[in-house]
Amino acid sequence: MAAVSTARIAARRWISAALLLVASSVALHSEAHRIVSIVPATTEMLFAMGAGNRVVAVGSYDRFPPEVDKLPRVGALLDPDVERIIAIHPDLVVLYGTQTELRTQLERAAIPFYAYTHRGLSDITETIRTLGARIGMEAGANALAGRIEAQLKEIRARVANSDRPRTLLVFGRDKGALTNIDASGGYGFLHDMLEAAGGADVLGDVHQQSVMMTTEMVLARAPDAIIELRYVRSDAASGNDMAAWNRLASVPAVRNHRVYLLRGEEFVVPGPRVAAATERIARTLHPEAFK
Amino acid sequence: MRGRLIATLAVFGITTAFACLIAPVIGSTTIHLSRVFSRTIPFADNVDAQVFFIARLPRVIAAALVGAGMAVAGVVFQALLRNPLASPDTLGVSAGATLGAMVAITFHTDVHAFGISALPLASFLGSAGALGIVYAMAAARRRGTSSTVLLLAGIALSAFLGAMIRLLQLAADFTDTFRSVRWMMGSLDVASYAPIVGALVPMTLAFGAMASLPRVLDLVSLGTEAAESRGVDVRRAERVALVSASFATGAAVSLGGPIPFVGIVVPHIVRLLVGADHRIVLPASALFGATFVIVCDLVARTMFGPVELPVGTVTAIIGGPFFLWLLFRRLA
Repeated sequence: MAAVSTARIAARRWISAALLLVASSVALHSEAHRIVSIVPATTEMLFAMGAGNRVVAVGSYDRFPPEVDKLPRVGALLDPDVERIIAIHPDLVVLYGTQTELRTQLERAAIPFYAYTHRGLSDITETIRTLGARIGMEAGANALAGRIEAQLKEIRARVANSDRPRTLLVFGRDKGALTNIDASGGYGFLHDMLEAAGGADVLGDVHQQSVMMTTEMVLARAPDAIIELRYVRSDAASGNDMAAWNRLASVPAVRNHRVYLLRGEEFVVPGPRVAAATERIARTLHPEAFK
Repeated sequence: MRGRLIATLAVFGITTAFACLIAPVIGSTTIHLSRVFSRTIPFADNVDAQVFFIARLPRVIAAALVGAGMAVAGVVFQALLRNPLASPDTLGVSAGATLGAMVAITFHTDVHAFGISALPLASFLGSAGALGIVYAMAAARRRGTSSTVLLLAGIALSAFLGAMIRLLQLAADFTDTFRSVRWMMGSLDVASYAPIVGALVPMTLAFGAMASLPRVLDLVSLGTEAAESRGVDVRRAERVALVSASFATGAAVSLGGPIPFVGIVVPHIVRLLVGADHRIVLPASALFGATFVIVCDLVARTMFGPVELPVGTVTAIIGGPFFLWLLFRRLA
C-alpha cells in the first residue's frame, strides 16, 4: 500500500514537472498580444514591424511613432511604475537589461519580460529579429531588419569611394558655451553610424561609448568635421549657440566651415530609424555622393 | 604676529603662484612655449597658443577661483556655526545653485548676459535664492539662539532643495537628466574668460567683506556671549559672514559645478598647518584652496589622458578619506 502511494506521488511529480515544462516552453514561444515597452528603441521596433496594435503601454520617454501619445505611460529606466505595469495585465514587458529590480518584481508576478541591451549598430537589427521571434512576428521583423540592412549597405556603398573626414560627433554640451561637451567614443551605435556614413571617428581609439570632451581635446584632435546632434524637441539652438565653436579657430572643421547641426530624435534612439539617421550624417559629410 | 602672517602668506602665495605657472604648461597634449608665445604664427593657426590660452589658462584661473571661494566659505561657515563639519554645502547654497542649473537644463533656458551663458547665470540665481532663505533665517534669529538651529535649518533646506533637484531630474527628458548628472560632476573646462569675469564680481565683493571678519570669527568661535562681552555686534557680524560666504560659494559653484570636499577639507588642513588664528587661516585657506583645486584638476586631466576624470572625483578621492579620518577622530 505504502509502495503504491509512493509510486503515485512520484508519478504525480513527473506529470506536474512535464506539464510545467510544456507550459514554460509554450510561454517561451507563445505570441505576445499585450506588450508593455518602456524602451523607446524597442517601442519603435514593435510599431515598425507591424506589432503596434499589440503595444498597450509605453515608457515616459517614448515619443515615436505619434500613436504612442494615446497610450498609457508606465515610467521608464529610473522610475518604472510596477503597480501600473502589473495592473495592465501584459503578456510581455520589454525593459532595459539593467532594470534588475523590475525584473525580479515581474518574475514574482509571473509576467514574462524581454531584457533589451543597448549596443552597436548591428545589434539593432539583431534585436528586431529576436524581439519579432519572441512575439510571433518573425515575418514582419525579418522584413524590417532586412530593409534596414539594405539601406545601410547602400549608404556604405555610396560613400565607399569618398574621403573619410576625421569627424567629431557631439551629442551634448552646455548652451552657448563649449563646456561639458559629450561626444561619441570608439564604440556604440553612434560610432558605428558615423563610420557607416563615411566618417572616421576622431575618438575611434578611445574605448568608451561616450567621451567627456574638453576644449583641449577638441584642439588637439583637430577634427576635419564636427557634427552636433540635437534631439530634444524644445531645444532651439540658435546660430549664436553654434558660433561658440568659432573660438577654436585652429580646428580644421571650424576653419573650413564644416561644423554641422543635425536635429532629430532618431540620433539617440537606436531603433528602426537608424538607417535614415545614418543617411543624414552621410549626406552631411558627403553631399557629392548623393547627387 | 605681523611677521608670522607675512611669512605664512609668502609661503602659501609662492606655492599658489608656482601652481598657476606650472599647471597651464602641463596637459594631455604636448605644447611648446616658444610656439605659444610666437609672434610669427597667427593665433588662429597656432594650436599650441590656442591650447594654452583657450583651454588651459582659463581652466587654471577657474580652478584657483573655485578653490579659493570654496575654502574661505568653509572657514567662515565652520567658525560661524562652531562646527568642524560645516561646509559651503551646509546651508543649502550649493544645493540652490544646483537647482538653478537643473532648471536651466530642463527648461532649455537660452538667456545670455555679458557673454555668460544660461547655466552659470541660473546656478548663481539659484544660490542667491537659497541665500535669501538663509538670510531670512539669520535675520529672524534671536539673541541666544544656538548656532545648531541655523545648522539644522541649513540641513533641512539642503534636503528640500535636494528633493526638488531629484523631482526635476525625474520629470526631465532622459537626455536632460544625463546633462544634469554631468553638470553635477563639476568641470573647470570653462573655455572662455567671460564666466571667470562673471564669477569675479561676486567673489571680489565676498572677499572684500570677509576682510573685516577675522577678529570677529576668532571671538565667535569661542561663543557668542564671549564675543558680545568684547563688544562685537554678533548679529551684524553673522549676517556679513553668511552673505559673503554664500556669495563666494554661489560664484564658485556657478563657475565649476558643485565640486565636493574643498570647502570642508581645506580649512582643516590649513588649521593643522598654521593654527586657528583667522587672520592667517582665512587668506591662507584662499591660497591653499586655490592650489588644491589647481593640483586636483591637473591630476584629473592628465592621469588617464586623453580621457579625463571629473575634477570632483579627484577632490573627493583625496578629500573623502580625510573627511572620514576627521569623523573617526571626532568619534574617538
